[in-house]
Amino acid sequence: MVSFIARRVVVSILILLAASFIMYVLASASGDPLEDLNGSNSPNRQALIDARVQAQHLDVPPPLRWGIWLGGVARCVVPIMGGCNLGSTFSKQPVIDLLPQATASTIQLVTTAFVLAIVLGIILGIITALRVYTGFDYIVTLLSFFLFSLPSFLMAVLLKSFIALGYNDFLADPQIPPVTLALIGIIVGVVLQLVIGGTWKRRLFVFLGSGIATVVILWAMAATGWFTKPSLGPVVIIILSAGIGFGAVSLLAGLGNRRAWITAGINIVIAAIAYFSLQGLFNISSVGTLVILGIATLAIGLVSGAIVGGHDRGLMMRIGAITAVLSGGLVLLDRFLQSWYHYTQAVGGRPIATVGSQTPSLGGNVWITGLDSFTHLLLPTISLLLISFASYTRYARSGMLDTLNQDYVRTARAKGLPERTVIVRHAFRNMLIPIATLVATDVGALLGGAIITERVFAISGMGALFSSSLGSTDVNPVMAYFLVIAVTAITFNFLADLTYASLDPRVRVR
Amino acid sequence: MSTIQGGSPLEPKIGDGFDATALGEGRRGESQGRIIFRRFLKNRIAVVALFVYIGLIVFAVSAIGIGPIPGWWPTAYAQLNAQLNQGEPTISFDGGFSLGKHPFGQDRIGRDYFALTMRGIQNSVVVMLIIGIFATMLGVVVGSIAGYFRGWVDAVLMRITDVFIVIPALVIGAVVGKTSNGLGAPGLALLLGLVSWMVVARLVRGEFLTLREREFVEAARVAGASDARIIFRHILPNAIGVIIVSSTLLIASAILLETAISYLGYGIKAPDSSLGLLISQNQSAFSTRPWLFWWPASFIVLLALCVNFVGDGLRDAFDPQQRRFSLRKAKEPEDTVYGGQALTEVGLPPENER
Repeated sequence: MVSFIARRVVVSILILLAASFIMYVLASASGDPLEDLNGSNSPNRQALIDARVQAQHLDVPPPLRWGIWLGGVARCVVPIMGGCNLGSTFSKQPVIDLLPQATASTIQLVTTAFVLAIVLGIILGIITALRVYTGFDYIVTLLSFFLFSLPSFLMAVLLKSFIALGYNDFLADPQIPPVTLALIGIIVGVVLQLVIGGTWKRRLFVFLGSGIATVVILWAMAATGWFTKPSLGPVVIIILSAGIGFGAVSLLAGLGNRRAWITAGINIVIAAIAYFSLQGLFNISSVGTLVILGIATLAIGLVSGAIVGGHDRGLMMRIGAITAVLSGGLVLLDRFLQSWYHYTQAVGGRPIATVGSQTPSLGGNVWITGLDSFTHLLLPTISLLLISFASYTRYARSGMLDTLNQDYVRTARAKGLPERTVIVRHAFRNMLIPIATLVATDVGALLGGAIITERVFAISGMGALFSSSLGSTDVNPVMAYFLVIAVTAITFNFLADLTYASLDPRVRVR
Repeated sequence: MSTIQGGSPLEPKIGDGFDATALGEGRRGESQGRIIFRRFLKNRIAVVALFVYIGLIVFAVSAIGIGPIPGWWPTAYAQLNAQLNQGEPTISFDGGFSLGKHPFGQDRIGRDYFALTMRGIQNSVVVMLIIGIFATMLGVVVGSIAGYFRGWVDAVLMRITDVFIVIPALVIGAVVGKTSNGLGAPGLALLLGLVSWMVVARLVRGEFLTLREREFVEAARVAGASDARIIFRHILPNAIGVIIVSSTLLIASAILLETAISYLGYGIKAPDSSLGLLISQNQSAFSTRPWLFWWPASFIVLLALCVNFVGDGLRDAFDPQQRRFSLRKAKEPEDTVYGGQALTEVGLPPENER
């Protein structure tokens, strides 16, 4: 194991060196670094050119310049030498100072999309695998092919033009015309009956029930002015929390499990109490308070599960944690929604933003700034989400189908386990193994940011740093970008292999 | 990736989305090629997609011609025309179908958008095909040498592959695209091909590693066949499935890569036209002249969709038992190997098409 790791590290460093050399030479050869100065007609043009040549060592040929650059990077790796130096940009800013800000905004952009894509993708993949060769399966397959074929900039431009403009226009006069209302109801009904499946009676029931419920709820929302002044209120929170508890219990433990019901019930009651008691604290909250509250929620869920647990402690703790976190999230969501009206007023009634990552000089408390980030990141997140979501759906589907064909699943069925247990405990867990590797390798690409998405939505993250520097042949930031993504990619690939080896005992690393 | 087995009939196993009984497999006296061809024909979507794809290429090429040869469309793509009716599309369906002078409209400086779009399709197709063919050839050469000779040759070649694979496709594509400034579509495509052969190389290597241990290769070696003969006559024909499927997927990601690079401004440059470039130039005009956006957008999606469907059909045809879905992230199976074989040093980072 030790020799495996040592060998891996040495080889990885060599690969990094070679790749950085190729990247450096290519990036330097990609254009004329003095192009903007040559074209300028400022009186001290020659002095500027000389200064840049001096600062960027442009008189040295690129392969040797790579050596100078590498010397600076080596100082970052070896701590005693001090003076980490990734070079400076054309505007004489040290690149090392640019990175934290760019990385932070990239992480802010991609994290939600990444997590949601995995969760939703796996859920949808499993549903299609369980409903394989049905209309639903084919629709999802076609849809994912379509998403694969949609370039990301196209998706981003479409989202900008339709969702942002459309929703903002809708908010100006939040009335849903009856035809649209009926259409939404029919679509929801059709999709849900495809998901649920079963006999045609059951399908018809699901179709009518969900369709009518959707229409009524939307109509009520429009009629009560919910879209301009949204909030959940205690009743809806309790109903939704109960739904979450029901879902967690029925999926993880089965409806006959009394302890599971008690665990979920405790957490729902705590969430309801929290809703009433925390409003005062929320008004003076900062981000730190919310983080502490979040940790407390998780702890309550785990502890309540552990107390009720009995012989099934792990399962109860999971149910408790899921119920607690999700119902806590509802309480939080409600508080955000309460600030929505003030926020829309502050930004002039058109909340969904299409460029940047925050409204300049907005101010306000944590709720207002939170909503501001939300409205700015909504569209880029959706566009990133849809792209990676499609591939996770496909992987989850084929993984689940593979697993369902395994002998141990047949054994589990043969010994009479309920289908829920077979799917959740036997198939689902084993399906996650290959996906875990996929996720680990994907994290590597995350920090690279989303070059295109950042460009379309004018977000100044890593991808924007790369593309703007490449545009002016400013090699140092390009190389810093490369360094970050290459190191994370290599590290996470390595971790992926180790994860696989630890999750699947048949795989050995040598 | 399972192998296409030399003579043994493929077991009709109910795979994923594949109805083996309907295909009448194991019919006597049919070659592998015919069986695979017939399986491909059974996949209606893939066949339709193939025809649409070829039809689109023929249409685009015949419309504005190639190089000096003129096409049937009277207006050249670079020609500036007087603005007709704010450049709105003249195509109309009411009262019978009529094209008008500028069926797809005109852009801001009055160029005919139909000709521009056709030119864009031509360029995009040229780029994707050249990338696909060139990168596949490179990948096959590297992969087969590495997989056949193993040892230090394999180690060196695979480390070189890892070096290229560390850099995300879009990043190296943008850098290469900027370097190729002025070379036009074929030059851009060749340079992009130079940096996109890695996935094919790894897949082919994996295929060679398994095939070279098989009995028929052993038999050929005993019979005194040279290395070249074994590679070309015995192993390569058996690896053709993997090669064709991975090159189709490469082509599918190539069109998205080309449009993305052109969108960023590092691909095909302005007087010429490419589908990505057209969108990049006209996205700000979305609210005033939406057709400048819709035409290239729908053709990009159509082309990519066709290639994806054809690739899927081919994968089914070649490998019905294992239908692993991997459109963009073709992840090769030797990444982690059962039973004590070494893991590859660096896995495959997903292409950064985002």
